[in-house]
Amino acid sequence: MTTTTDPTATARDLVGASHLDDASLRRFLHGLPGVDQVGAEGRAATLGTRSIKTTAKAWAIDMAISMVDLTTLEGSDTEGKVRTLCAKAVQPDPGDPSTPRAAAVCVYNDLVGVAVDALGDSGVKVAAVATAFPSGRARLDVKLADTADAVEAGAHEIDMVIDRGAFLSGRYLQVFEEIAAIRQACHTGGRDAHLKVILETGELATYDNVRRASWLAMLAGADFIKTSTGKINPAATLPVTLVMLEAVRDFWAATGTQVGVKPAGGIRTTKDAMKYLVMVNETVGEQWLSPDWFRFGASTLLNDLLLQRQKLSTGRYSGPDYVTLD
Amino acid sequence: MTVESTAFEYAPAPESRGVVDLRSSYGLFIGGEFVEGGGKPFKTISPATEEVLAEVGQATSADVDRAVAAARRAYSRTWSRMAGAERGKYLFRIARIMAERSRELAVLESLDNGKPIRESRDVDVPTAAAHFFYYAGWADKLEHAGFGVRPQPLGVAGQVIPWNFPLLMLAWKIAPALACGNTVVLKPAETTPLTALLFAEICQQADLPPGVVNIVTGAGATGQALVEHPGVDKVAFTGSTGVVNAFARAVAGSRKMVTLELGGKAANIVFVDAPVDQAVEGIVNGIFFNQGHVCCAGSRLLVQENVADEVVDRLKRRLSSLRVGDPLDKNTDVGAINSAAQLARITELTAVGEAEGATRWSPACDLPTSGFWFAPTVFTGVSNTHRIAREEIFGPVLSVLTFRTPDEAIAKANNTPYGLSAGVWSEKGSRILWAADRLRAGVVWANTFNRFDPTSPFGGYKESGYGREGGRHGLEAYLKTEPVA
Repeated sequence: MTTTTDPTATARDLVGASHLDDASLRRFLHGLPGVDQVGAEGRAATLGTRSIKTTAKAWAIDMAISMVDLTTLEGSDTEGKVRTLCAKAVQPDPGDPSTPRAAAVCVYNDLVGVAVDALGDSGVKVAAVATAFPSGRARLDVKLADTADAVEAGAHEIDMVIDRGAFLSGRYLQVFEEIAAIRQACHTGGRDAHLKVILETGELATYDNVRRASWLAMLAGADFIKTSTGKINPAATLPVTLVMLEAVRDFWAATGTQVGVKPAGGIRTTKDAMKYLVMVNETVGEQWLSPDWFRFGASTLLNDLLLQRQKLSTGRYSGPDYVTLD
Repeated sequence: MTVESTAFEYAPAPESRGVVDLRSSYGLFIGGEFVEGGGKPFKTISPATEEVLAEVGQATSADVDRAVAAARRAYSRTWSRMAGAERGKYLFRIARIMAERSRELAVLESLDNGKPIRESRDVDVPTAAAHFFYYAGWADKLEHAGFGVRPQPLGVAGQVIPWNFPLLMLAWKIAPALACGNTVVLKPAETTPLTALLFAEICQQADLPPGVVNIVTGAGATGQALVEHPGVDKVAFTGSTGVVNAFARAVAGSRKMVTLELGGKAANIVFVDAPVDQAVEGIVNGIFFNQGHVCCAGSRLLVQENVADEVVDRLKRRLSSLRVGDPLDKNTDVGAINSAAQLARITELTAVGEAEGATRWSPACDLPTSGFWFAPTVFTGVSNTHRIAREEIFGPVLSVLTFRTPDEAIAKANNTPYGLSAGVWSEKGSRILWAADRLRAGVVWANTFNRFDPTSPFGGYKESGYGREGGRHGLEAYLKTEPVA
């Protein structure tokens, strides 16, 4: 799935510079059309009024379940908790085997091995948060070692964070090179890990910055762009996700390369998830309506999806005691 | 994967009609009571299905006489003598009841008009209630409005409103009139009388003194009788420039005060430095909101030539996701054309557009077989001489023109007999201010379009009318503004 072509060459073509530096990247990124805040938020709100009922709701709930990156990123995580989470990802609702499995389990590096072992050949992926998550404040060689450690432990996907300090101070080349280097590390030793780049949009402050960071990450070879670590407020929001979806749509039109999007943090209810799926559907289209191209970084969301799924199939609401605790 | 289909098909999500208690026939509302009209009753239909919704009374000139007399009585005996704070209480009460009965009003509006429930629910009804809330607040503060130390009401207002925003136009007319101490006789459009009649019930529910609000239904002759009536002190009209000419002749030379809000052919100007995704949304909202049945619709897109292809491509992609169909479905973006006559006019003008050499495009969409429907349509390669660039189509039809320099954009935008609204899209603040200074239009929207608020005055230049509605300015139309010694 992932190509090993050098993103720098592609980026040079797009940016139109013989070599990449802060100035050429700034020219390109600041030449992207601006985002009007009121307009973007208005559009997101309007999409949020779509009414998804009956068959559409059933379809969307199953789609959403299959897109969940079931996440636990706590200092207090234990092997047991990760194994429970893995079992849940493989079979979210023990009472209904027709329930689709989740997309991935997302953990810290030291628990990758446990997750890989627990998931076996279930098809559920293991994602690891690497690169001095969540702050990203470490030297590049430390981040590379962090990434290599996760990849060697068997992670299929790496969720890295960008250096927001570098981005906000205009050191775009540094951000670019770091992403490109981590991407390289995802492909070492015969491994082929998928790279998700976390922009931490809650620290980027403006939608213009979200659009620029999205393009910068895609230029540097991201397979996915992801909103948030979940450790910062605000995490994922509908307008931020809208701006990122527009960016992947435009990147695809410009390069033919499809990049995925992952909102993470703060998405807790089925109703929220429906709004995101509507937004995907009406912004980038059904080509992105697949766990290969859209994910939810979430933990409590899955239980609400399961409760709503049970309600649709049985006609009555149950309660939190009818879904498993993580 | 157990998810089989790859397409996300939205299941029908119709708003229930059960909330509306539709009667088989409606009378006129005169002196606080529903009474039969003297003329032959007419039918009002759902433009989405052509289903007959109800029979509605036809007011003759004798009925108009009675209504004006009732309004006069209420004016001289009650309403003009009442303290502003008391009038305000009634208006607040009406506003609250409208908010409480908002779902009922929205469903009825969508049924009778054909507009999507999303718009009647999220725009028409809340904005109508907001107008009453806003003007209720003015009722006891008129001496501070800047129109003299003791501004006085005019008397009886005769008000004629169109079919595109039936309840909202009613609110624009009635709320300021009542706040200033006038009483009203209002004639809703022939094709959309039902929400006005439900509003009459709301007046009863609010215990509004009889005769303060009177509703006479009927066709053009009823409206003509109302504006010509010698007992009417003030005429307020919203509608097409064609219809108004007869009205203008009728009131010319009389002592009647007049405000007119007429047609438009607004330019929506997209500069090269526009926030392009939001501009595309603004173009869509500008012309496809309410099926383009909007006097201030952005029916002429003026786009800078070096981004024209990109903007048009993005616009077409976006239009392909518009959902055209059942107005009561909560996911519908574009509803039905209001009447067969309006559909015929849109059809005729778009045929002219093709004949004149413009390139026509519509997204693929299945239109219902009964009712009045027109697919969203974009004409490219339009020049300022084409009829589709000059005449108000009042339908979901956009004409795309290009410009090279900002001066050319302004010249083209102003080259119309109309001047109601305009839009400017640019991330450059100085360019927006520069353009707004030069556009001959009553409303200039910057990086947005079709945004309405009761606090903001609205009205046109040139053939788009005169007088302002909304905001503090809207009070002036209903007050004797000379200072009283």
